[in-house]
Amino acid sequence: MTDLALFREETRDWLETNCPPEMKKPMTPHGMTWGGRNCKFSHPDQELWLKRLGEKGWTAPTWPKEYGGGGLSYDENKILSEEMSNLGTRMPLASFGLWMLGPALLEYASEEQKMEHIPKIIKGEIRWCQGYSEPGSGSDLASLKTKAIEDGDNYIVNGQKVWTSYANECDMIFTLVRTGPQEPKHDGISFLLIDMDQPGVETKPIKLISGASPFCETFFTDAVVPKKNLVHKLNKGWDVAKNLLQHERKMLASMGLGGSKAASKGKTGSGLATLSKKYVEVKDDKIADEGLRQKIAKCDMNSHAFSLTLKRVSEEAKNSNNGPSAATSIFKLYGSEHNKRKYEIMLEAMGSQALGWEGGEFGPEELAITREWLRTKANSIEGGTSEVQLNVISKRVLDLPQ
Amino acid sequence: MSLVLSETAAFLQDQTQRFAREKTPTSHFRSVRDSGNPECFDREIWKQMAEQGLSGILIPEEFGGSNFGLSGIGIVLQELGRTLTPSPLFATGVIGASFISKLGTDDQKSKYLPEIANGNLTCCFAFEEGPRHKPTVSEVTAKKTGQNYIINGKKTFVVDGGFADLIIIAAKTLKGSSLFLVDKNSKGIDVNIAKMVDSRNSANIVFTNLEVAAENILGEIDQAQDTIEEILDMSRAALAAEMLGGALEAFEITINYLKEREQFGVKIGSFQALQHRAANMFTELELCKSCILESLSCFDEKSNDIPRIVSLAKAKIGETFHLISNEGVQMHGGVGVTDEYDIGLYLKRARVAEQIFGNSEFHRNRYAELTGY
Repeated sequence: MTDLALFREETRDWLETNCPPEMKKPMTPHGMTWGGRNCKFSHPDQELWLKRLGEKGWTAPTWPKEYGGGGLSYDENKILSEEMSNLGTRMPLASFGLWMLGPALLEYASEEQKMEHIPKIIKGEIRWCQGYSEPGSGSDLASLKTKAIEDGDNYIVNGQKVWTSYANECDMIFTLVRTGPQEPKHDGISFLLIDMDQPGVETKPIKLISGASPFCETFFTDAVVPKKNLVHKLNKGWDVAKNLLQHERKMLASMGLGGSKAASKGKTGSGLATLSKKYVEVKDDKIADEGLRQKIAKCDMNSHAFSLTLKRVSEEAKNSNNGPSAATSIFKLYGSEHNKRKYEIMLEAMGSQALGWEGGEFGPEELAITREWLRTKANSIEGGTSEVQLNVISKRVLDLPQ
Repeated sequence: MSLVLSETAAFLQDQTQRFAREKTPTSHFRSVRDSGNPECFDREIWKQMAEQGLSGILIPEEFGGSNFGLSGIGIVLQELGRTLTPSPLFATGVIGASFISKLGTDDQKSKYLPEIANGNLTCCFAFEEGPRHKPTVSEVTAKKTGQNYIINGKKTFVVDGGFADLIIIAAKTLKGSSLFLVDKNSKGIDVNIAKMVDSRNSANIVFTNLEVAAENILGEIDQAQDTIEEILDMSRAALAAEMLGGALEAFEITINYLKEREQFGVKIGSFQALQHRAANMFTELELCKSCILESLSCFDEKSNDIPRIVSLAKAKIGETFHLISNEGVQMHGGVGVTDEYDIGLYLKRARVAEQIFGNSEFHRNRYAELTGY
């Protein structure tokens, strides 16, 4: 038996033995574990599952072992995720620490900072949020004004961040702050880690068109941050920010792919078509409205093509250690635009049943789709708008003139 | 399924790229076109391609081929597509070679396959019967008379039909579809060259009481439909690879133009209105690359989802080549509609290739059907 076959067998055994029964059931709306000091579990199995995987480092399978990661190779990680998917196990931890901050810390943080923060991310002990955008700095992020001023062993931070996801439930925030007011705008920014459990940090949820409030405004009033929380060099925070943004865009890109896994595995059936058939005229098992049918096919084919592309790029990257490339900007652009189109098609198929706000005249799935449709409108804004992504591709990939 | 090139494919790509750059840049296409040569390809070039083994990629080694598979010939067609190289490779090396390898008797295989591999024999597939693709035949019929068959009817849009030595005819028989191998010089064949906008060879062929002997039946009478669909899919995947080559080149030509052309005192590539459209085209091309790699390798790896993956590839590259050829002409401005610049040649090739064996709409419909709606 090859090493990989042996690894597969051991992994399967381990997962079967250690995955608690509740965690083999499909995810529920409140079943996601986000970790943190005040972590809430809707079922005790969630806590157990996080603890077991966290100890093995398998919440971050490819991160180095010395910081508590799984230390797996590309192939081993692929096997792990295949076996988890075969067994139908839930994702143990949803976390901006895992998806965004961790990879950037591995690249830019000091040894001491890595030892301090990475194990807590892996075990879900600290919940992180991102403090980048400000009311006056959206697409032009580098114009940010929140300032940090040296004061002995600390920085004193004043200013306001916006679109900080779940800030009201988080423990720490990674921020971009201005430390060099006289420098050119990109060269006066530093990357600071700030504990939110202090009087100088306040959060206020923002109500969105979907009715939900996943984002906050976060206010810093003489917040105190020890100097050891500066990542990378003073005024060199933009380097970290750019690196981290690529991880963020990669994460956001995968949002457009719901339901396409079946298509890429060659199983018949399409989520869009199955949904539509409940609302539109069907003849001989075909959607009778040819215009809608072509739109659905085009959308399904784009999902299929996109998931093949994610797979291709990860195979290509397998032997290169360059981290996320400029190609990830294509993913963010395509994933978010595609997701928006997909929801518009659902609305078209469902007619007025997709336009309910609340109440018993609409099914829970219908109401959820309405809210999700509204949520998708942010896909092409958050993490860099589609227009910013198009600029990045034009300039960095195609090398078109400024 | 592998989405990266194998070593063999990478070697073939390299070899063909050099060949296409040196021997058949677009100036070669123009010289063939302008020479008035009704065959629309250069026999000397075809001989050299055969010497490099390109005509035998889908032919088993025992018959003089290399059996490198569809991924092999796909990457070759992609490189040839970049320079619009006119050659019989598609109709002969993909369609002809596949039909005979798949269904031929030992006699038929040893008679035809080595001749295809060494470049002496060209083929065409007389299949379509109208202006739009249909995957079944109905107009051209073959009736049994004694031991022989008598074929009547008209075939359209036969790629390379104007010169091919061997015509593979798909005809309706009593209980299904059947295939016949016929010499172009047989009595009862009237070949009418259909001069196409892309200056490649195509013909409409009329059969009038064409008599075919039993030994020239390919495969079993009435039983050809499954193989026809299988070879149609192989051909679509191969053609999609050629189209990807054309689309990539048309895109690169356009990007280079945006970096050179100046108006209002600046390069036009600095205009955001053009940049964003270029970035969208780049994104679509990246998706096409994945679909085409998958569609070629799914044959070599015997996937059970071939028809759906092929329709995905043909539809995506059809849409994308369409978009890029239109945008390419527009972004070139006035020179884009002159014959002097190459971009218009890609526009013409795009439209013809889109039509061959089903346009994007056809393949979206097929994908929907295969997915259960």
